[in-house]
Amino acid sequence: MANDYDDLRQIKDQTQEDFATEIDYAYQTRRGLGEDIVREVSAVKGEPQWMLDFRLKALDTFMKMPMPTWGVDLGLLDFEEFYYFMRSTERKARNWEEVPDAIKDTFERLGIPEAERRFLAGVETQMDSESVYSSLKEEWQRHGIIFVDMDTAVREYPDLVREHISTIVPIGDNKFAALNSAFWSGGSFVYVPKGVDVEIPLQAYFRINAQNLGQFERTIIIADEGSNVHYIEGCTAPQYSTWALHTGVIEILVKKGAHARYTTIQNWSRNVYNLVTQRAVVEEDGSMAWVDGNLGSGITMKYPAVVLRGPRARGEVLSIAFAGDGQHYDAGAKAIHLAPHTTSLITSKSISKGLGRSGFRGMVRVVPGAVGAQSKVACDALLLDPESRSDTYPYIDVSEDEAQIEHEATVSKISEDQLFYLMSRGLSEKEASAMIVNGFLEPFVKELPMEYAVELNRLIALQMEGSVG
Amino acid sequence: MEQTLAQTLEIRDLHVRVEGKEILKGVTLTVRPGETHALMGPNGSGKSTLSYTLMGHPKYEIVGGEVLLNGESLLALSPDERARRGLFLAMQYPVSVPGVTLYTFLRAAASAMRGYGEAARRSGDQRLHAHLIPAREFRQEVNAEIGKLKMDQAFLNRYLNEGFSGGEKKRAEILQMALLKPRIAILDETDSGLDIDALRIVSEGVNRLQAELGMGLLVITHYQRLLNYIRPEHVHIFYNGRVVHSAGPELVEKLEAQGYDWVQAEFGV
Repeated sequence: MANDYDDLRQIKDQTQEDFATEIDYAYQTRRGLGEDIVREVSAVKGEPQWMLDFRLKALDTFMKMPMPTWGVDLGLLDFEEFYYFMRSTERKARNWEEVPDAIKDTFERLGIPEAERRFLAGVETQMDSESVYSSLKEEWQRHGIIFVDMDTAVREYPDLVREHISTIVPIGDNKFAALNSAFWSGGSFVYVPKGVDVEIPLQAYFRINAQNLGQFERTIIIADEGSNVHYIEGCTAPQYSTWALHTGVIEILVKKGAHARYTTIQNWSRNVYNLVTQRAVVEEDGSMAWVDGNLGSGITMKYPAVVLRGPRARGEVLSIAFAGDGQHYDAGAKAIHLAPHTTSLITSKSISKGLGRSGFRGMVRVVPGAVGAQSKVACDALLLDPESRSDTYPYIDVSEDEAQIEHEATVSKISEDQLFYLMSRGLSEKEASAMIVNGFLEPFVKELPMEYAVELNRLIALQMEGSVG
Repeated sequence: MEQTLAQTLEIRDLHVRVEGKEILKGVTLTVRPGETHALMGPNGSGKSTLSYTLMGHPKYEIVGGEVLLNGESLLALSPDERARRGLFLAMQYPVSVPGVTLYTFLRAAASAMRGYGEAARRSGDQRLHAHLIPAREFRQEVNAEIGKLKMDQAFLNRYLNEGFSGGEKKRAEILQMALLKPRIAILDETDSGLDIDALRIVSEGVNRLQAELGMGLLVITHYQRLLNYIRPEHVHIFYNGRVVHSAGPELVEKLEAQGYDWVQAEFGV
């Protein structure tokens, strides 16, 4: 699937992500959480009162909400273990030359500068809690596109932020959304004006680079009427022995006739809790696609949602999860049909290896009056070992007679005959298995931009190491 | 590991069980470089068991005998190790691998056979495609071969054997043979599913490769049809799990005219 990307060879040649860069943290809070931390974070960032109030209200909500008792085992999660804010440089660098060398080195190992030159028209890169580098091509600025980190947005576009924050994911939506609202730091703010087509994807590279660091990026994307935007987030993290916490909130508003796509390749190290809330509201004739690849982290809860609010709105969630030993994904998708002739397509592919476990929750809700709503849910699981596990939990709630819902689920194993066939052509058992797995994931990979497809193939190969033979 | 030399395949008194039942009951056969052997027998005689066993399918349990390639035993080797020593099996029912294009598969297989992966591992070259034949070079090679087999280039972008017609599968098998350049090739019922034009093209491909590579051929079939195009010097009748009679090409016509009933009478099996 990634054969002819010769030009890309030189770009994504990082061989492994398990390195940590030595960085002097310019600022960090004490370990643990509390009102003092919220006030400290807000003060350090120099935030306006309304944002401090927002955070304090969220902390209060967080404290009152119980831990979820379904899905994954969060019994070992101790909120007091983490740091809730760190700043790795004193101020945000203006351009590449000003980025500190240690951070630059990390980015270079990740291929960011080259990638930017070749593929990105704008980069928003987050090192730990705050962005240190961002750029936006001039022609976009001329079109009125805003692509900045959230701290900058609060400072420079306070009205837009106030208007939209927590309108799609309310503070009290779930305990982790409340936690994020109290301690959010970094993330992107994107606004695409009416009728503007952002032809080249906007990319953000997130990276946790400190032990016990809680990372709480908050991203808001607004695609105004008739616009088109693709936002890509890729994550890697170095391996550490104590657990890190990643709790992001992504809110997307797709206005009338607009198209938005959000692509994630998540490869946190195995000691990361990844508890993310992603939701998009789609208005009349708009469309939203979540493309979600999950390879890393230890425990994941993530259910990208599309709320189809206007007639003929379309939503798509395409996800893969690759659960290796010690990994448990409780992932899925939600499609809420609130208007007539809305359509949703949910495609999930999961792979479980060794003791890995992947669960899929697909929720489809159609309210009365959403006539002609259509939804298709397809989830395929591939088990690589006898002890691997996969579970599917469909939740379908249709209150409208004139709606059409399809749900199909398959569970398969790598067949002896497929392995034999490929091996009889000279491929080792490992190569043959990897090829079958790549084929299984192809419907997902072909939706990715080339350099991400290349990276994903490499991550899959790493996941496959030692799985057979 | 590179199969630069012509190879001789020797099967000696091979006994094989499948799910506890003995299917091969003492097969003995030798295929020398450049020779073409036809193995003919009725359905259920164990022909396909022999071909899968030779290639190393894990389902088949060897209970006796030996299989040698240039004097080296194959029996402890995995299918990929056998392939890299020069053995090829054109399968009767090639399985499909969804999501993997024919091109991706061919490039990976040809690269593995030509030692690209090994070379990249040894030199520590970790570039993304270091284990593969360079794209341009391989694309040219493939295009030349699919032209000779009268296949459409669009074929390369289809998923391996998925939704292929019977004829397309067989052509794809011969395309693989052309790119992997084996020294001993086993054709298992390659004529099934082929119309007369496809049969001719496939046969021409096999004959050309045999001439180019000095390949030994073992053609397994129960019809004469294919043998009008791929001419064997040696014909063996396979019956009830072993070779019961061997002769020259004239045996093909006798089988075609008289069927297999006389075999049972004459050889008492």
